[in-house]
Amino acid sequence: MSTATLDKPGSGSQQDASPYITVVFRIRRFNPEVSDEATWQDFQVEIDPKERVLDGLHKIKWDLDGSLTFRRSCAHGICGSDAMRINGKNRLACKTLIKDINPHKPITVEPIKGLTVLKDLVVDMDPFFQAYRDVMPFLITKGNEPTRERLQSAEDRERFDDTTKCILCAACTSSCPVFWNDGQYFGPAAIVNAHRFIFDSRDEAGEQRLEILNDKDGVWRCRTTFNCTDACPRGIEVTKAIQEVKRALITRRF
Amino acid sequence: MKIHKYDTVIVGAGGAGMRAAIEATKRSRTAVLTKLYPTRSHTGAAQGGMAAALANVEEDNWEWHTFDTVKGGDYLVDQDAAEILAKEAIDAVLDLEKMGLPFNRTKDGTIDQRRFGGHSRNHGEAPVRRSCYAADRTGHMILQTLYQNCVKEGVEFFNEFYVLDQLITEVDGVKKSAGVVAYELATGEIHVFQAKSVIYASGGTGKFFKVTSNAHTLTGDGQAACFRRGLPLEDMEFFQFHPTGIWRMGILLTEGARGEGGILRNKDGERFMEKYAPVMKDLASRDVVSRSIYTEIREGRGCGPEGDHVYLDLTHLPPEQLDAKLPDITEFARTYLGIEPYTDPIPIQPTAHYAMGGIPTNVQGEVLADNDTVVPGLYAAGEVACVSVHGANRLGTNSLLDINVFGRRAGIAAAEYAQKADYVELPENPAEFVAQQVEQLRNSTGSERVAELRRELQETMDANVMVFRTEQTIKTAVEKIAELRERYKNVSVQDKGKRFNTDLLEAIELGNLLDLAEVMAVSALARKESRGGHYREDYPNRDDVNFMRHTMAYREVDSDGKDSIRLDYKPVVQTRYQPMERKY
Repeated sequence: MSTATLDKPGSGSQQDASPYITVVFRIRRFNPEVSDEATWQDFQVEIDPKERVLDGLHKIKWDLDGSLTFRRSCAHGICGSDAMRINGKNRLACKTLIKDINPHKPITVEPIKGLTVLKDLVVDMDPFFQAYRDVMPFLITKGNEPTRERLQSAEDRERFDDTTKCILCAACTSSCPVFWNDGQYFGPAAIVNAHRFIFDSRDEAGEQRLEILNDKDGVWRCRTTFNCTDACPRGIEVTKAIQEVKRALITRRF
Repeated sequence: MKIHKYDTVIVGAGGAGMRAAIEATKRSRTAVLTKLYPTRSHTGAAQGGMAAALANVEEDNWEWHTFDTVKGGDYLVDQDAAEILAKEAIDAVLDLEKMGLPFNRTKDGTIDQRRFGGHSRNHGEAPVRRSCYAADRTGHMILQTLYQNCVKEGVEFFNEFYVLDQLITEVDGVKKSAGVVAYELATGEIHVFQAKSVIYASGGTGKFFKVTSNAHTLTGDGQAACFRRGLPLEDMEFFQFHPTGIWRMGILLTEGARGEGGILRNKDGERFMEKYAPVMKDLASRDVVSRSIYTEIREGRGCGPEGDHVYLDLTHLPPEQLDAKLPDITEFARTYLGIEPYTDPIPIQPTAHYAMGGIPTNVQGEVLADNDTVVPGLYAAGEVACVSVHGANRLGTNSLLDINVFGRRAGIAAAEYAQKADYVELPENPAEFVAQQVEQLRNSTGSERVAELRRELQETMDANVMVFRTEQTIKTAVEKIAELRERYKNVSVQDKGKRFNTDLLEAIELGNLLDLAEVMAVSALARKESRGGHYREDYPNRDDVNFMRHTMAYREVDSDGKDSIRLDYKPVVQTRYQPMERKY
């Protein structure tokens, strides 16, 4: 025994009531190799309510049905792989605890909407990343580079802090009714990433990005439903960022 | 089967892979094969910062940084490589800033810097502010910035392409890289990529432990592919246990928390690191702090009803400071533990974090076939590689640095090699190994389950080759791993389909983890000394006479097809620093 975590004798936890409860996961299944139709399937899982929805999905995949398919990686809300629709709301499965979503009723899990479902909870992310690439999501500057770093005041750095937090999970974009109805709309995530550069004092291509977003499929399609802000697992004020881009388009000040 | 031809192929799209891709794409026709979408890499989980002696806030220089790196690595560091790391750190940070990385700023508008474990002024006098950071999401910002610049440069990505085999062809008695074989997750199709140069940047192996900060996908795929083809793995016994993982979950809480003034406390509220490291205290190097935590726990001063953790105390820090400098980790504590770090200490325990060992390379990122022979056309950078800049224990903030410095170097070197080299002929039936592996797993009707074998592996690794090791515990692990490898032959998957068969991929990943766990345990058994992250209770002292050398593990296959591990050793490169006793 090399570590003390496992060999503490006389632990009281044996007598404690089991933390485990039985939870039903109602999962939207789709496997085009088997059927063209998506169906709901229920799984019963013994789980500690302090665990994550992702833990529940793993229990199903590892112990009940290996064919259940979803993306995941870091399991703590940083990599953006496991955005899904849980009880009708877009969330990260790894950042949603069972206890916080009423485990006494079946927990529904579906793929995020507006992107083509490829299998079970896996959707085609390519259109999402294409919209991201379309806003030129990289720093553009003119003239010669300085030898040292570019200077930026702490206030100027703070100006775009909120939108630097984006992990490109698509929870916002796939919660947007405009995006559902019309795949042409850039969607909130792409606008968030444009905002991140438009309001970066070092960047010199704000006008170009604003023109891209002035397009008929750009920011003006936003209907301010705040779904995106509610969906963002990083707490980014997405709708506010979109409004700031709209205002910048009108005033040409940013 | 499809065959593709590229000048340079990069395996992995984390920090090292994308830093390499930015350079390689400018110089050669490059493809990046990645098992995840690019911004999903675990580089994004790195928090605290990237070390560079910018001296923006206090006196510092790269020579002090070199010394700290060598000392932090318990003198197993190759000092020529550490000098490059520390020297090129300054441009690496400035390059990222010019690419757009939003670093935190000083009052003067320059890049702000903070303290971090093991980084000191003037050879250990006192902590120094060397870590360049962006709140506690520096890795996220690096990953996003590198991806942004990949978009800018038009880097070609093959997303969810899983590299399963390294192709090597012998030309005039020299083993050369011919390309790689990949499995396309979306379709189940096998792709052969013929390439003049290949760079592995596929990350670490942390998933063979149970309590780990690592992502589910960190399964040592690159190391395993090279090892299977007869290439050595260096220093695999050295694994870093980060002191502050969230209790039981292993989620990383940055050392930057202690850099900002956070304190480790035992159940009596005592600041116990004062006993173990009088000068650097909570900011001693990670191996030292992790051992100290477990010593407290073993001696009955752990917290909680089971006494199995200690506290990271941030309650004396102003809430504004936590909000500004440590927003993500305080949110983790709230989300996963239901704890408010403004007012309550956070339960933590050491968590398996980083592989110091890996595919041996020289400072150009060229992979070595033995102690000094380069494999032409094959490169590695980042956690998958062992240069060795981390030796027996990596300093915090040196990994984000490593991926940038050596990712860049490997990208340039591999592309320049491709400009001059010709394609190496592919072996006959290049996809044969992968096709067989995939078909066998898909068709197997065996009774063993992937999840069960993985659980048993992780439990034995946590119990036997973690912070404290003895001959007996390591032997227990070696035997258990051998049993699991045997049972693995009888493993089957439930998903028999071709599209997005992640069941099948988890089985393949488990195979990789088992191979690498064995290398780690066998290497650890032979190293009868304590150094950095490798601590042997039966040999508690460092032994420079017998073990100031890198372990080189090779896979040998006998005439019956049975494999075993052969160990050899490689000298450590020493330039200016003679080994000294390591005190913090």
